[in-house]
Amino acid sequence: MLGDGSLERLKREGRIVVVGASLAGLRAAETLRAEGFAGSLTLIGDEPHEPYDRPPLSKQVLLGRAAADRTALPRLRSVDATWRLGVPATGLDMAAGRVRLADDDEVPYDRLLIATGVRARAWPREAEAELDGVFVLRTRDDSAALARRLEEGPKRVLVIGAGFTGSEIASACRERGLAVTVAERGAAPLVGALGGVVGAVAAEMQREHGVDLRCGVMVTALEGDASGRVRAAHLSDGSTVETDVVIVSLGAIRNTEWLAGSGLGAGPRGIACDAGCRAFDIRGIVTDDIYAAGDVARSPHPLFGYQFLSLEHWGNAASQARIAAHNMISESTDRIPHMEVPAFWSSQFGVNIKSVGVPSLGTEVLISQGALRDHRFIGVYGYQGRVIGAVAFDQARWLPFYQELIETTAAFPPPFPTVDRCSDGQRPLDADFPDPSVPTHGPTVTLGGYSPADRRMTFTPAH
Amino acid sequence: MTQSLLHQILDYANRANPYPIYEQLRKTPVHHDDGGPYVISTYYEIRSLLHDPRISSDARNLASTAGDPLAEPAQEEESALPPGFLRLDPPEHDRLRRMTNRPFGPPHSPHRVDGMRGELHDIVSGLVDGIGDPGRIDLVEQFSYPFPVTVICRLLGVPREDESRFHTWADTIAASLDPDPDADPTERGKGANDARMQLGMYLAGLIEERRKNPGDDMLSQLATAKGEDGSMTTMELLSTAALLLIAGHETTVNLITNGMLTLLRHPDVLQRLREDPRLAVPVVEELLRFEPPVQLVPQRTTLADIEVRGVTIPKGASLWLVLASGNRDPQRFEDPDRFDPDRPDNQHLGLGSGIHSCFGAPLARLEAQFALAELARRLENPRLLEDPPPYRQNAVLRGPRHLHISCDGIRP
Repeated sequence: MLGDGSLERLKREGRIVVVGASLAGLRAAETLRAEGFAGSLTLIGDEPHEPYDRPPLSKQVLLGRAAADRTALPRLRSVDATWRLGVPATGLDMAAGRVRLADDDEVPYDRLLIATGVRARAWPREAEAELDGVFVLRTRDDSAALARRLEEGPKRVLVIGAGFTGSEIASACRERGLAVTVAERGAAPLVGALGGVVGAVAAEMQREHGVDLRCGVMVTALEGDASGRVRAAHLSDGSTVETDVVIVSLGAIRNTEWLAGSGLGAGPRGIACDAGCRAFDIRGIVTDDIYAAGDVARSPHPLFGYQFLSLEHWGNAASQARIAAHNMISESTDRIPHMEVPAFWSSQFGVNIKSVGVPSLGTEVLISQGALRDHRFIGVYGYQGRVIGAVAFDQARWLPFYQELIETTAAFPPPFPTVDRCSDGQRPLDADFPDPSVPTHGPTVTLGGYSPADRRMTFTPAH
Repeated sequence: MTQSLLHQILDYANRANPYPIYEQLRKTPVHHDDGGPYVISTYYEIRSLLHDPRISSDARNLASTAGDPLAEPAQEEESALPPGFLRLDPPEHDRLRRMTNRPFGPPHSPHRVDGMRGELHDIVSGLVDGIGDPGRIDLVEQFSYPFPVTVICRLLGVPREDESRFHTWADTIAASLDPDPDADPTERGKGANDARMQLGMYLAGLIEERRKNPGDDMLSQLATAKGEDGSMTTMELLSTAALLLIAGHETTVNLITNGMLTLLRHPDVLQRLREDPRLAVPVVEELLRFEPPVQLVPQRTTLADIEVRGVTIPKGASLWLVLASGNRDPQRFEDPDRFDPDRPDNQHLGLGSGIHSCFGAPLARLEAQFALAELARRLENPRLLEDPPPYRQNAVLRGPRHLHISCDGIRP
């Protein structure tokens, strides 16, 4: 591509294939067209729907305030593309430059973007997972089906797992007036992402809103009645919860199985790529024509010691996709790195939770503003004497300041006074994250080397 | 002797076009003359400081007001209301703003502002209907000025028959914020104090009445609220109502007047707006960047020594954040002195940012959109009779005192 005109030819008449037709796939397609790509563009998606937004699926849709089929993503521009929706990709031939589809069709590419995202982790016991009334929540169809069931007024809902999605579901159910039990393996809700100090606040919020929250327990079995409907769950403490709806909220699995044997550096922890979104092959050599973006990608982040970060965050998917698309049709000197500071938000039990940086890397937390007992505060996370993350409970407007502290690797604990400093903020506390060798579904950020053989984080439910 | 930049900002001679001074100012992003306030004029530095928890809005944290020409004199005991949430830090600020927001915006009142569309339309068309002689219109007196006061009356639930009294008090208080150098300051101060007192007593009576017979209006809901934050005291309620009135009035007047002035200077945009009223949305955003009604935020102070662009601002120092300069910063906005409603990524500072970002923003935007779209549609061939128009004294809440225009007729 060094001035021999091949880039111009690619932009004029090349073939770009995007596998994954959700937020990242759509934003990449829009960027390609906006930046003058005039060749053929194909988007492949396993779901039959046009790109839609997922955050409302665990909030407004479950409350009945928005219909699941009304969450289409806004289009930033029109995109001339061939859409292959409802047909999953099943294989990749890197040497031939082809993507194989479930209907045995093959789609050739000059550049490939992989944005296949993640799916909900199913209940590991298949027979129990198939009981009527057992749900997961990831897709529009999941959300529509769950919302219909909640509308029928179940006597009790059991949520397995109190990560962000599980907590949001519990919140929506309580808002609808339904009886809710939450079973969480860790010591508190959100503990994997935010640690025990902040997790204790999340636990208090749940209980104040009438959730029957049970921490430190696992669900060992689901029991159905004669008609195949779930009727009870058995817990590791010997107790039984009678319930007619069970929502399995045990985190996500990256959609990389279709790449097995392709030679691409893809595995259960995602697809390793460089800061410019180019995917590595299994030998650790970066490819020239295959890119990855969104939840499925893992890339080195300069702010976090160049460790490979994998982020299941909305904003990350959108920005990484734009950068991947730009780089796909740029000379190497015009490429830009993906360096966005991680950020996510959640809304539960009437509280807006927002975080920047990577709190789960922190070992200490300082409540720099507000008070834990009010459920309105900012927690700043420190790691080896620097600020590495921050979380705000109903205090999100201050976060840009803390993001600057993270970006400038400012000292921890911050040595200055702030407005609204309370007794909680006099000294840092142990952030109280669970032992990372104990699996949890909580964190939406995971770190590690790029080797796809690295399976330490694999979730293994104990029975 | 050359005038300091600080005094050039305040100098009335520069009111019509302060932007060249701001350009000078941006050469020193943290500008400080001996003893005066620290003046911040570049976009990114202003935005950072608006989100900085080491910056206080509470005057009690100021080391001294001596060198700051915009510092407010301490209030006299008799008329003193507690400070509104604009002048408070968390947690007091948060509590009052949260309680005030409950009957105003989401999540508790998502339809309040949207539900006023019909009323805004009626007020605007009524004012245009009443313009009279199209040959000589003072847009300020006849349109921009009465509009927001009427809106605030309806929002708070002031009975229609009392609206004219409310207008008189609002006018007197607004005039005191904009001293005419020729008028007798003692007389003016006394008039404003009387108006404040009468307005306060009127509102106190109305609050009492609404507590007994609450309606759907904001004042009723504020007066009877019993949320997680408890209820506001009558004094807090009075100071909040006064804040809504003062902060929501002058600023909206200036947004609309600056808007029409800018459109008349850019007839191509005015023509586009006439043909497509939906353009009012990006036009108002660009106006908030190009001619923001609040030019600068004084009254902020540092809780610690902080460093900005290599300058250490000492604890207790007084800060001015010059929003209007940040909005013209070429580091952030391409071709910043061009009025361009099609500008992408227009994250201006016109409504501030951070916890004190404009409380009434959704309403102010809607008011300006309705006003400018209706003026564009109904005034036939409008033109400026005077350019630049005469301005008010106030350098902070900057806008024309009069805007004389003429047109060939008023369309129905």
